[in-house]
Amino acid sequence: MTDATPDLPLWTSLMVSFFLLVGAGLTLTGSIGFLRFKTFYERLHAPTLGTSWGTGGIVMASMIYFTVTQQRPVFHEILVGIFVTVTTPVTLMLLARAALHRDRSEGHPEVPGSSSLTETPETFIDQKKS
Amino acid sequence: MSLVILSWSVTIAQIMLALAMACACVRMFRGPRAQDRVMGLDTLYINSMLLLLTHGIRTGTAIYFEAALIIGLLGFVSSVALAKFLMRGEVIE
Repeated sequence: MTDATPDLPLWTSLMVSFFLLVGAGLTLTGSIGFLRFKTFYERLHAPTLGTSWGTGGIVMASMIYFTVTQQRPVFHEILVGIFVTVTTPVTLMLLARAALHRDRSEGHPEVPGSSSLTETPETFIDQKKS
Repeated sequence: MSLVILSWSVTIAQIMLALAMACACVRMFRGPRAQDRVMGLDTLYINSMLLLLTHGIRTGTAIYFEAALIIGLLGFVSSVALAKFLMRGEVIE
């Protein structure tokens, strides 16, 4: 770090530090919430702090740092940000559906019962018969 | 001066991300059910990806970005496969 960047302007290091600390702090907050919440459906919300602005802050800090040090626009870190933003809702919706399916099939008392429109076709047919 | 600020903030960010990885690890090993463990693995790979990006800023090389991109790609696939396994009991039907 010291030999690669002999003259870094002050505003660059301040902006990079700000975005790095915001991103890392939000990620840490989300992970602590993920550790501390009581039920799975509450825990599902907490790590999205890390995947939304945690990733955004660190990606932005990396983009600013490499743009200044290499003296040309460096934007390829945005690929990580776009990819995480696109894929996180898919993962979380699949996991939430799987957990809901497991809880319902075990007759867990805290989850609501199935509404006939959003359930799988087999249970829909079963409900229509009964 | 600016290098000192940057070096300290990178160090603090790395410590924060390591603590976040430790939280995700504790939840992954302690989690009462299987979906908690899958969620812990998901959080763990996101945090390790961010830690690699931060390490790329510290060293000033672009190779860690590619490692982070590969972690993001493969972690998404593994999380989707595990969620599908929890839903149906098999991955490929």
